[in-house]
Amino acid sequence: MSIEWIGPVLASTTSIGVVYLLGSLGEIYAERSGILNLGMEGTMAIGAATSFIFTITWGHTIAFLLAGVFGMLMGLLLAFFAVSLRLNQITVGLAITMLGLGLSGFITFPTIRKTVLQTLNPELPSTALETQSVPMLPPVSLSFLKEIPIIGPMLFNHNIVVYITLILAPLMWFLLFRTSIGLKIRSVGENPGMADALGINVFRIRYLTCILSGAFSALAGAYLILGFQPFWIEGMTGGRGFITLSLIILSTWNPLRAVFGSLLFGGIEVLQYRLQLFGLGATSPQFVLMLPYAIAVITLSLLSLESFRKKMSAPATLAKPYYREE
Amino acid sequence: MEGHDVSVIPLVELKGIVKRFPNVVANDHVDFSLMPGEVHALLGENAAGKTTLMNILYGFYHPDDGEIYVKGKKVRIKSPADSIKLGIGMVHQNFRLIPVHTVWENVVLGLKETGFILNKKKLAEKVKRVCEEYGWNIDPNAKVWQLSVGEKQQVELLKLLIRNAEVLILDEPTSVLTPQETKNLFKALRIMAKKGRGVIFITHKLEEVFEVSDRVTVMRKGRVIATKLTNEVTVEELANMMIGRSVLFKLVKPAIKKGDVVLEAIGLKVMGDRGVLALDGVNLRIHSGEIVGIAGIAGNGQEELMEVLAGIRKVYSGKVFIDGEDVTNKGARYLIEKGVAYIPSESTRWALIRDMTLVENIALKLYRSRNFSNILTINWRKLFEFSKKLIEEYDIATHSPSKLAGILSGGNLQKVVLARELSATQDGKIPKLILAAYPTKGLDVAATEFVQGLLLKYRALGSAIILLSEDLEEIMMLSDRVAVISKGRIVGEFSPTEKTVEEVGMMMVKGNTALGGRKVCLS
Repeated sequence: MSIEWIGPVLASTTSIGVVYLLGSLGEIYAERSGILNLGMEGTMAIGAATSFIFTITWGHTIAFLLAGVFGMLMGLLLAFFAVSLRLNQITVGLAITMLGLGLSGFITFPTIRKTVLQTLNPELPSTALETQSVPMLPPVSLSFLKEIPIIGPMLFNHNIVVYITLILAPLMWFLLFRTSIGLKIRSVGENPGMADALGINVFRIRYLTCILSGAFSALAGAYLILGFQPFWIEGMTGGRGFITLSLIILSTWNPLRAVFGSLLFGGIEVLQYRLQLFGLGATSPQFVLMLPYAIAVITLSLLSLESFRKKMSAPATLAKPYYREE
Repeated sequence: MEGHDVSVIPLVELKGIVKRFPNVVANDHVDFSLMPGEVHALLGENAAGKTTLMNILYGFYHPDDGEIYVKGKKVRIKSPADSIKLGIGMVHQNFRLIPVHTVWENVVLGLKETGFILNKKKLAEKVKRVCEEYGWNIDPNAKVWQLSVGEKQQVELLKLLIRNAEVLILDEPTSVLTPQETKNLFKALRIMAKKGRGVIFITHKLEEVFEVSDRVTVMRKGRVIATKLTNEVTVEELANMMIGRSVLFKLVKPAIKKGDVVLEAIGLKVMGDRGVLALDGVNLRIHSGEIVGIAGIAGNGQEELMEVLAGIRKVYSGKVFIDGEDVTNKGARYLIEKGVAYIPSESTRWALIRDMTLVENIALKLYRSRNFSNILTINWRKLFEFSKKLIEEYDIATHSPSKLAGILSGGNLQKVVLARELSATQDGKIPKLILAAYPTKGLDVAATEFVQGLLLKYRALGSAIILLSEDLEEIMMLSDRVAVISKGRIVGEFSPTEKTVEEVGMMMVKGNTALGGRKVCLS
């Protein structure tokens, strides 16, 4: 085994880690305010599907923006059911995941996709109507920084979304822990009754974080197809939305720790491909493949235990709807 | 309006407030006023309508009729946020704080002046300054869960003070405090009044009215009976107004010869919910015909003691004997069969199923008895008749045993629990050991007297009784022996005639202040 493989492994660790990080940044805000967005997986799929179509018609930037908008709509849907109608968030979240996965498959179904693309831009060549692949976001290498061993390829030879996400993480940490809006969000998740009594609009805050989490989930999906794996396959999110949920628990609802959590999960995923190449996982590839899902299942089920939630300092009213008393 | 200068505009004036709830008129044309610079006690029994009235002023409820004036201007208060804007703040019995946030974060939440980026140092400083005005010693950077109950209450007050609330409503603020903490609170309330704020002090304790208030308004059954200057009334007058009859201040406690040892606990160590020792080597011995009161500040292990004796918490080390038989970790069912009756704290939550009928609730411990069931079925008709008898005996206000438990009031629910635990034993005998955790908490005077009488009755019949109470006077009055518990240890045992309430209060606190003045509250 030579040492050369380390560089690429680290680089793809970051690449895939950003999918998790983008998703978790929004979701952390939602959960901190008491909303469990189990619809992440579906919203990610919507993000991937819409950005796939819009990239073909209008290019990367608009594709990203529109994916974000569609994500917000999914978030709005969640907010309406979970915050206004106070339905069970697990049920609503799973429904949104089903909806998202279904819709993403529907709009990308070859005949439907063709019609959609033609309506959006009649001048598209026929190859563009048929293709499954998209142009990938170009890497922007920060010339001299990327020469640094290990850190260089890991951090400084990526596309623009990776950089923005890595900068966003500390910014969103600051916003959550050092500003008045952050304090409001955290307080709403801990004790909505108290926040309400102090004149904070619990519903508005929760709508806001739902929409934010929807947008970030969809952006994670958009990045997945535009920045990591540039061809469309139905179901390409592959449970990464659910894995993100467990990653958030591991990072104890902290955007900065989510950076490390994301890289860890990214690393596991890359390692599993590598081990197969080296033949190490060949005897039981299923086991390595299972790892992220297993972690997701275990953490999600632990989350349902009250005592565990307390120990992990989970937001006190996570997944509990707020009723104004009386 | 009597007893104050009419030229001063009241901070708050409530006129003809009416509030109806499904079965009851909680406020029936209530008038109330608060002057700047006064502490105004709102006195009444439970369910007299005090808290409802204040929740209307605070914007939590909306009155069905009546007008609210704040500083002479008519206002409509739609939500607590509105009342805060008008300078009205309320400290509820259950604190509304975020335990995992710091003191200053709790205090400045929602405050406009903080700006977008929170300057931790400046805000902590600001909180500290307000603390100093009232002689409080809280670290603004401490997490709220680290604070004692008294300090948490101060944080609640800080929230209002920092918003310059001129009207402070405190709902039975002393019910959770030690005598010393109460004294400090009263001192702070006087300072607030001196600065021109108005304090409304909801209470049902007569002596507190005299200790702290300038004026007192007495409510009974949703109506105002009278508003008086405190120094112009006597205790007896107030008591009569509050209850509508003279109160029995002294219970008749007949002398009883205590019998054999019923319960013996040796070196009992028990884990609390947080995985730390809640009981740290408790030795206890109780005879039949004896009431032992456990005095202690909430969260010092007394509830865990009850749970372990009831068999619903595991013994870590040590032994428990009942009638000389080792019953350590035998489980609740076994102990019930041995004759242990358990009245848990918050019994209306933990001892009853609100969505089931009274018969079903009463049957919960009885259904196994062959008198009421055979191997397959339960004889509901017999149970129904039996429940009917108990309802009569315990004077439970309900039409039929087949009504849902949830529709009864707290006092009646407590009676249902007592009826089941004390009278509905499987073998029809009296319970050997009665574990009564806060049996009179939240009950009005009549119901309290009933429960106390019941405990004395079973004492006379030969039950051994352990009593927890938030009311130290009650413990001193009912007990044959008092044990003070502090940090999971019994730190003193004596006959109630040997010590005064103040001395016992000191004993309760002493063990708690060892941690550099910061108390760790487990509950």
